[in-house]
This record gives sequence, C-alpha cells and structure tokens, in this order.
Amino acid sequence: MSPVPGSGVDARSACVECLRRNWLIARLGGWIQNACDVRPGRRTPELLRLGSEDLVGAVAAKDADEILAWNAGLEEGAMVARLEEAGCWACCRHHHSFPEGFADGADAPVAVFGRGEAIPLAGIGLDDSVTVVGARRATGYGLEVASTLAREVAAAGLNVVSGMALGIDGAVHRGALERGPTVAVLGGGPDVAYPPSHGRLHERIVENGIVLSEMPPGTAPWRWSFPARNRLMAAMSGMTIVVEATLRSGSLITAEMAADAGRDVGAVPGPVTARAAAGTNELIASGAALIRGATDVLDRMLGAGAGRPLFGPELGPGEPEALEAVEAGCVTVDEVAAATGAGTPETARTLARLEVRGYLRGTQAGTWTRTALAAYPSPRDER
Amino acid sequence: MLAETTSFTLDGIAARMVRVEVDVHRGLPNFQVVGLPDAAVREARERVRAAVVNCGFEFPLQRIIASLAPADLRKAGPAIDLALATALLGAAGELSLEPIAEWSLVGELALDGSVRPVRGALAMAEAARESGRAGVIVPVANGPEAALAAGIEVRTIENFAELARLRDGHPPGSPAPPARLRGLGEQPDLADLRGQGHLRSAVELAAAGGHGLLMVGPPGAGKSLAARRLPSVLPPLEGEEVLEVARIASACGIGDGTVSSARPFRAPHHTVSAAGLVGGGSPPRPGEITLAHRGVLFLDELCEFSRPSLEALREPLETGSVTISRAGGRQTLPCRFTLVAAANPCPCGRGEEDPACRCSELSARRYRAALSGALVDRIDLVVAVKQPSAESLAGPAGESSAAVRERVQAARERMSGRLGPGRTNGEATPEEVACFEVAAGAAKLLADAHETWKLSGRAHGRIMRVARTAADLEGSAHITEEHMASAIQLRRRTEP
Repeated sequence: MSPVPGSGVDARSACVECLRRNWLIARLGGWIQNACDVRPGRRTPELLRLGSEDLVGAVAAKDADEILAWNAGLEEGAMVARLEEAGCWACCRHHHSFPEGFADGADAPVAVFGRGEAIPLAGIGLDDSVTVVGARRATGYGLEVASTLAREVAAAGLNVVSGMALGIDGAVHRGALERGPTVAVLGGGPDVAYPPSHGRLHERIVENGIVLSEMPPGTAPWRWSFPARNRLMAAMSGMTIVVEATLRSGSLITAEMAADAGRDVGAVPGPVTARAAAGTNELIASGAALIRGATDVLDRMLGAGAGRPLFGPELGPGEPEALEAVEAGCVTVDEVAAATGAGTPETARTLARLEVRGYLRGTQAGTWTRTALAAYPSPRDER
Repeated sequence: MLAETTSFTLDGIAARMVRVEVDVHRGLPNFQVVGLPDAAVREARERVRAAVVNCGFEFPLQRIIASLAPADLRKAGPAIDLALATALLGAAGELSLEPIAEWSLVGELALDGSVRPVRGALAMAEAARESGRAGVIVPVANGPEAALAAGIEVRTIENFAELARLRDGHPPGSPAPPARLRGLGEQPDLADLRGQGHLRSAVELAAAGGHGLLMVGPPGAGKSLAARRLPSVLPPLEGEEVLEVARIASACGIGDGTVSSARPFRAPHHTVSAAGLVGGGSPPRPGEITLAHRGVLFLDELCEFSRPSLEALREPLETGSVTISRAGGRQTLPCRFTLVAAANPCPCGRGEEDPACRCSELSARRYRAALSGALVDRIDLVVAVKQPSAESLAGPAGESSAAVRERVQAARERMSGRLGPGRTNGEATPEEVACFEVAAGAAKLLADAHETWKLSGRAHGRIMRVARTAADLEGSAHITEEHMASAIQLRRRTEP
C-alpha cells in the first residue's frame, strides 16, 4: 500500500513491537486506573515510562503472565487490519515521519495513531507547533481569547495543537479551523470522539487537520488517559500556552510537563480576582511568558517583530470610552453606560457598532467581552 | 307527556347546544338520562330531584326518561341541570313552558334550588344567539359576562323557585344588567423598576412590537419584576379582543366573573407539563398559552422547563393557534401572546463572572441547552440583567407605565396602519419585512453585520422587525442607523 498522500504515513508505518506496546497500554486500561486510584497523584506518566514487563508487573502482577503472553501473540496483520478498518494511520519512533517532539524525552510515546491527512506528520516540528489548552469551564473572555489566539497563530502558518475538550480546547480548534489545519490529541482512540458533544468538531478536524492518540482505534478514554494525553501535547510543540485555568486545573499539569521537557510555557493573564484565571496568573508569577495575544506567541516562536497586532477600523465618537469600559470589566449595557456617563440607548448602539466591527463579542446571555482586535491609538493616548 | 328545553355544554372554549327532552309516563318510578352524559350530568338526577322538591314543586313518581340530543356529543358539567329540571316540570304538566319556548337555560342547581354559576356563560350566550334563540336564562353570577353577548336577551335567575312565575305566563328571573367593562384597574407599575435603563427599553420594544423577550441574569436582579409589569404597558384590549379573552377566561373558570380590558398575564411554574402548557386531556382543555391569548406568557426559569414542554410551544408560536387532537375530540384554540422568558446564566445562578460560581462546564452547558432550542428562535430580544447598583435603587422611580403605554400605543397604531388592524411588527411576514424602508446608514450597518457574522435569513428578519419597532416608537418613517444598532445590540446570539 502506498503512503497516504498528505500525512506521509499509513497503517503500516509502525513496527510490530511498537504497535504491541500501545495495544498493551490499551489492554491495561482498567488496571492502570486502579493503580492511579489506589495511590492518587500524577502517576500516569511515571507508569507509562516503565518497560512493558515492568508496567504489567506494577499494575497487574497477578495476571502478568497471561497478559504478556496475549501481547506477544498479537499478529501485525491483525493490528494493521484493525487500523485500516478504522481509517487510521500509525507511526512509531523508528519511522522517519515520527514528530520530532516525541523523539526526545523519557515520557515520549513509542507510537501514535491518527486520522486525517491535512498536515504531514513529519511537519509537526517543535519550531512550528504551538499547544494551546485551558479549562473546560471557561468564561466568555477565555473563549474569546482562545479562539482569536488560535485563529491568528494558525493564520501565521503554525500548527495549533489542543485536546478537543469542552471549553477552551474546543474554542482553540474552532478558531484555528477558520484559518488552517489544527491538531487534536485525544485521550481515547483517534476514532473515538470524546466528549461526545464534540462529535461534529471531531469530524471537522479529521477533514481539515489531524487527530492523533496513543491509544489504538476504538479505545474509550479512562480518567488516567487525560494526563497521559497531556504529556503528548506538552512534548510535541515548542510552546505550550494556557489560556484560562483554575489552581487545580489539568492544564497546569500540561504546562509543568512542557517545562519539564524543556519547552516554552506561556499563559494568558486574567483578573487577579477571578478564580477562573488563578492558575494562569500563578504560572505567570512563577515565570511563564505573558501572552496578551497572537503577537506575543509569534514573537517567541518566529522571532521578534514577526507578529503585528491586527488593527480594526477607526473608532467613532464615544467609542474609545465604551471600549475602555468593557476592557475595565463592564459586561452589560447599563454598566458601560454608568462608566462612560453616556445615555443607555446611545451606549447600546455604540456597543452594537463596536460588535459589528469586531471589537467586541456579544454572548448568548447578552453580555459583552472584548476581542483581541486592537484599536488605533486615539490622539489622547499619543500625547 | 313530553317537554323539551335547550341548554349548552362546553367543548373546549366553544359552547354546543343540547336539546333536553323529557318524557314522563306511567310505570314504576324511575329517572334515567341518556345521550352520552358524563358523571356530572348523570348525577344531575339527584340534584334535580332535591331542587324540585325543595322549591315546593311536586316530583312525579312515574317513569322519567331524559334524552340529551345530539346523542353523539359528549355532555359535560352541571350546566344542563336547570334545563333538565325545567323540562321535567313541563313534562309532568306542572308548568307551561310556553313563555320560554324560544329560550335556553343554563345553570347548576343546588339542593335547595339556588342556581349556581357555570363556566363558559359568555360562549353559551353567544351560541344561543348564533342558533337563533330568543334569549338565554343564566345564573345571577354569570349575568355580567353573558350580557357582553350583543344581540340576545339575557335574564338572570337566582333560585329555581322563580320558575313558578311561568304559571302566570311570565318568563322567570330578571333582565341582566347591561355589560360593564372594567378598566385596566390596579396593576403593578413599571416605575418600580429603578435603574436598569437597558431592560426598560427592551420591555418597551417587546410591548410595542410583540417581540419575544429573554432576560438572562442572576436571581433578584429584577427579571420577574420587569416581566410582571409588561402587561401594564400594553394597550388595553379593544372590541373583539375583549370578547376573545373573556370567552377563554369564562370557559376556563378563571377570574371573578367581571370583564376587564386588562391583558392577561400567565406565569406557569416550570414543572408544567406539555399538556398543561399548550392544552390537552380528553376531551381537550385549553392550556396556559390559550389563557395568555392577547396577553403575556412569562416562563420564569426557562432552563428548568422540560424539553417536551418547550418543544410543544413551537408550532403554536408560529401559527398563533394550537390544534389539540385527542380520542375525545379535536380543538383549535387561539394563542397569540407575547413570550417573555427569564433564565439564570448557570445552574447556581451566579454567572461565570462571579468567583463563587462553581458550576462545571458540562452542567452549565446542559443547563443552557434550552437557550439554543427551537423555542428561542422566536425570541427577538435578549438582554443581560445585572443586580442594580445601590445608587439606582435609592434613586428616583423610573418612568411610569402610563407614560410608556402612551408611546407603545402610538407605535402600535403606526404598525396597524402598515400591517393591518391589530397586527404588530413581531408578526410581520418576510414579504412585509422586505417592504420596510431602510435609510442608507442602517443598510450599511446591517450589511457589515452580515459580513461579520454571516447572519441567517431568519436572524436578518428578526433584526429588521425589531429595528422597525424602534423606529415606530420614535415615529420615524425610515429605519435609521440608530434603530438598526439598537436591534443588532439586542439580537439573540448563538453559542459556538
């Protein structure tokens, strides 16, 4: 079979030993979950670092012989057939297309499976990939920043990597898909859309990007799959950016893994009073790069001056004041009117004009958030 | 001997005439009612017997057969009691029914003979007129509403004993007092809504154009307060509208029997079933949306309503009427109302901006699912409501309902002139929307909005209708850029 055009790999691009290893991890799903439940903590990456025999011994000592025998008996043909049946490709560390981010580091997977052909797998390098992650429960501000950031980073030609979770991750993929391909790293098999409500998004990414995973096709994710997935996201790109995270968010674990792997870490700041931004603010305090928009990302990835802020059309009378009020945290028309001193009907109209021109975004609940679109400095600022 | 009277039974909100034939002949004493009577009608035998005896008439100890025609129509409720007792005395030869041969009788009998009010007296009086009866005799308490039916003589009766007047050749009872319409009366006033300028203007737009309004905000921010004051800024009911509303209220047995020009306000609890909301049961009975006809239906805690209940609202909202088909029959009921809904931003009600909100993304998303359903497609206006500031609460009261109502009324007159009597911008068809005059600046803004969001045809129509209402409130012939901006600002947005 000829290589799949596009991704540069097919169902046979992994060697049988590597395939067996990943099939073994999937088989051990329940045992690994037990091991993680018994001794809570971030044990998943540690466990997955073990060799196959040690791993089985550590989590399933009683059934070790049976499982190892099963694993050794797996036929290459059967595994390849399963991959082809699910429309997936595979790639292992012995293949020249294996992403360079996985080549170094102890936490790297031995093989990955994937679907989609819009990006050549070899093209996912450290220099041209950015991971953007964040909380599932996100604010309007977080969602707006995430999708704008992803859109502009994708427009600059970088691969935008995220985890297809609810909230920030979903916004990142949607934003990136507006301008180019995107990479989703899943906790379950590449053909399993999780969460199910992102089924349509999953399809779109398969068509216009790639989804990849360490798990063979058809594997449903366990709780431990997500920290495991996070280590892939952290490893594969040169920079990991956290958009919005509470202090106990899994996104912080991803950031930590990225830092451990020697990758750049960035965070988008939020109000110091916001619980939703406590984690990202903490990251910045402990030395992560402060990310205000795509410009900051592109400056770090492509060199200073590579990214320029996107300016919107010129502002009309009363509009800078309204914009300032929204930036200061006013979310309703009445709050903006109170802050600017303009009448309510005029304020409502001003906000509508700003929304039409892309400076603001209205939410489903009728409140307002500021977009990343920069306004030309008003004469007042220049003075 | 045989005697016949006529009465009415309720079928949904309509009244159907029932002929009550009674035959008394020799045989073992027995009293039977045939012709699809329900339990209440069958029990009428006992009430009639007691009332006849207690009013000093003689109950014939013979074989009595009462037949209710048409035989295939289900007769429900106690409204037939009076006609049945009267026909019985006629058949027994105790009274001559000659003076009321062309009249219908409606009323429930108490054991002592007093006549109790019934549901649907207005519809019954109108049906009596339609079927060419000379007059109708109703219980005293139903007099005011029955008198609304023009073109038919209405007499009221207090006690069955009054039928003795038939012996002198007079019809029983006394003429009903002329119908008197109660004005708007005491209603909560919009002046109570302090601050919240944006919400006030949205309420005004909703009232003028009949647009659906959704308020999103934490508990206690004034959502219910505003909704309950919406009827007070709506113009009073006029002409046929009064009758439509009174007919429904009377058939459903709500209200105190007087007739008012105030618009109805219905706020069903969120546990309401689909049948309770749109109507149902067998035989079918009107639901909350029919009770809200020509008024306001307020759905507080929109996200807590069951999915089937909300889905059931779709077709009625589109067509302004609801058809309920059941084994027991089929009913088409009117339901043109202004929909007002309130929702919390998340299950805990605080909203994501509040640090105390601990709702998970999944639970918040499930909660908000109702906000993206088909129902809210009919909602033209969305407004975020926040707790009013301390200054505005301490500040002066807002504009009164009367002042707002004046503007609303003027705007509605302009709409009637454009779309036809009684119609509002909220109901304008796409063809009518295409005829709205739009100034150049407004067209440019709308085109820009199209560019930015790729608006659907439906969203486009909604913005145009609201913009037209904003223009009508200001008495402007064109939709200007200001009106368009207001409409765009209040439009409903979808979640990614």
